[in-house]
Amino acid sequence: MSTTLSLDGRPIPFTPGQTIMDAALAAGIYIPHLCHNPDYAPHGSCRVCMVGVGGRLVSACTTAALDGMTVESNTETIQSTRRSIVQMLFVEGNHVCPACERSGSCQLQAVAYYVGMLSPHFPQFFPQRPVDASHPDFMIDFNRCILCELCVRASRDHDHKRVFAVSGRGLASHLVIDSPSGLLGDSHFAASDRAAQVCPTGAILPKHRGYEQPIGQRLYDQAPISVVGDLRAQPGGE
Amino acid sequence: MTDSLETARHPETLKRVCIEPLTRVEGHGKVTLLLDDDNRVRQARLHVVEFRGFERFIQGRPYWELPVLVQRLCGICPVSHHLAAAKACDQLVGVDVLTPTAEKVRRLMHLGQVLQSHALNFFHLSSPDLLFGVDDPVAHRNIVGLIQDHPEIAKQGVLLRKFGQEVIRITAGKRVHGTGALPGGINKHVSAQERDLLQADIDQVCNWAEGAVQLMKRIILRNPEYHYRFGAVDANTLSLIRPDGAFELYDGGLRVRGPQGDTLMDHQDCNNYEQLIQEEVKDWSYMKFPFLTQLGPECGWYRVGPLARVNNCDCFHTPLAEQERQDFAAAGEGRPLQAALATHWARLIELLHCAELIRELLADPDLQGTDLRLSGAMRSKGIGVVEAPRGTLFHHYEIDGDGLVTRANLIVSTTNNNQAMNTAIRQVAADYLSGRELTEPLLNQIEVAIRAYDPCLSCATHALGRMPLDIELQDAAGLTLDRLYRHPDGRLGRSPVLDS
Repeated sequence: MSTTLSLDGRPIPFTPGQTIMDAALAAGIYIPHLCHNPDYAPHGSCRVCMVGVGGRLVSACTTAALDGMTVESNTETIQSTRRSIVQMLFVEGNHVCPACERSGSCQLQAVAYYVGMLSPHFPQFFPQRPVDASHPDFMIDFNRCILCELCVRASRDHDHKRVFAVSGRGLASHLVIDSPSGLLGDSHFAASDRAAQVCPTGAILPKHRGYEQPIGQRLYDQAPISVVGDLRAQPGGE
Repeated sequence: MTDSLETARHPETLKRVCIEPLTRVEGHGKVTLLLDDDNRVRQARLHVVEFRGFERFIQGRPYWELPVLVQRLCGICPVSHHLAAAKACDQLVGVDVLTPTAEKVRRLMHLGQVLQSHALNFFHLSSPDLLFGVDDPVAHRNIVGLIQDHPEIAKQGVLLRKFGQEVIRITAGKRVHGTGALPGGINKHVSAQERDLLQADIDQVCNWAEGAVQLMKRIILRNPEYHYRFGAVDANTLSLIRPDGAFELYDGGLRVRGPQGDTLMDHQDCNNYEQLIQEEVKDWSYMKFPFLTQLGPECGWYRVGPLARVNNCDCFHTPLAEQERQDFAAAGEGRPLQAALATHWARLIELLHCAELIRELLADPDLQGTDLRLSGAMRSKGIGVVEAPRGTLFHHYEIDGDGLVTRANLIVSTTNNNQAMNTAIRQVAADYLSGRELTEPLLNQIEVAIRAYDPCLSCATHALGRMPLDIELQDAAGLTLDRLYRHPDGRLGRSPVLDS
């Protein structure tokens, strides 16, 4: 049975049980998102996929699609809210795009462009966070973690390892690693894990590679994320 | 005599004149002059008033980021930092010899860098002084005046720089802050189509470069006495050199010559730079003062950059530049030219050499090779040295077993020239300013001497943590209540209530 909702005035079919995000992705309509990946249970934590339903802002990835629902996504008001959310993500961490090897193929950066972010706007937190390069093949740069929990979900639900978790509350929330030392090198993490592939920023990266992809050939060099999509969400996509 | 102008004996009794900001240089700096009642200069100092902190904040970062991260030191010569860091990283990943494609693409990138930077300094920044004179009205003595009065020269300057930037774009992906060099190699070759694009313009570029050298020679010959005397400072000279003694920008050993041209060191391994060079810190500048260990801080300071390189080399391997070098060497009548303004002549000979060498390299099929990157056994220490447009540039990194930086030391070109620039402005101050009523054209003479060195003050103040620091807490009446200071070795000290 197929039913229909209206997304920015366009009728979108969906099957019962799908979320607004599921329906939009299936119809090829881009709603910006960071913590969502169709392979894993919706999380609703990044709030970038906010859409307007009945005068309220709800996250598209966790809100069930309903027949006859009217959804607003690409409006200036909603884009402005998303822009503020992305700006807050930037200032809470240390996201130095000019020196990040993920630059050009980073989902956070691409979403920032999509929502029209031209500056961080808010005062930078400049948190002091370490880099964990103890694993022989991969490193974690906690400066770039946005707590989307995709690595947590991929490790738990796909790799069946539970290498990652988020500890603390509110501003003190941070990613932790299940190992005696708390270091990645002492955990069961492996380069072949799905958790190694799902990070939407440059927080989890293979070591020693550096800027292997020339400028011009990176994921978002030729077209914006609204056209390219988040290929890293597809297994083996990048 | 000029050395005595570093520190006046009773500064509190002297008038202070400050040239701030220095114009038509990269970065932020100032010159202070202290004058007595008869307007005689008693103290002259070039200060760099910004600091950056790269050596400190790259600690803990992964080594493979360095070539891209550290090039942000500079927007004018980022390729030089990019390549010096990449060369240091080559050593970290155990690669001593790159593939021919990687080596040649990097060299091409660097030639584009030096060409565009030299064009920028001569045409955009310095030629207004040289063509119009130092006393030309300040509103006209700039690139806009150049475009009005000499549109063809201005156009050539702009297009020469554009060509250099195109070489960088094709080899590094972007005109500024690209990503071409990786530890152990590069990430892209030069396609046949890209080569054709550059080859279409290279003959014109060579012609313009040759014309620029002739222009500079005509400027010098208009008033040789002034140009050979202005800011002339006898200095040791340091540069890279090829094994056969020829001019080199990308790789080689270190050569040092004395003020008379006598060779003091030759073909020194860059990996031993820490034994050869030390740095002194002075409490009035964020920029350190390097010197040759064997000569000590008083006599061991040296000059780097175009004047040093052209004086130091035995020959160029490109014919037009070599012909010009011989004219340049002959002008010294058996001694190296030491005049600040001869630096422009040397710079343009280098620009011509870069254009010739780019033409030669573009014909090399290795640029289209596909063997881009090598790797070997990891090492814990890497040192990369190149000749940046402004002179010899040292990058030194040490990493831990995880690949994170534990120590970094950068000695950039402008820092190497610190004492030479200070000595030059003191000479100019003593010769041209002392005892006279100061006017804007006279003060511009100081800037002309500094511009000849083409300093990049942003690059030069990359260090953080060891620069002198002096903070005073004063009450409303100016009474010092507390003072916190840092010694050159990094120790902090405190002395409450200094004056009463």
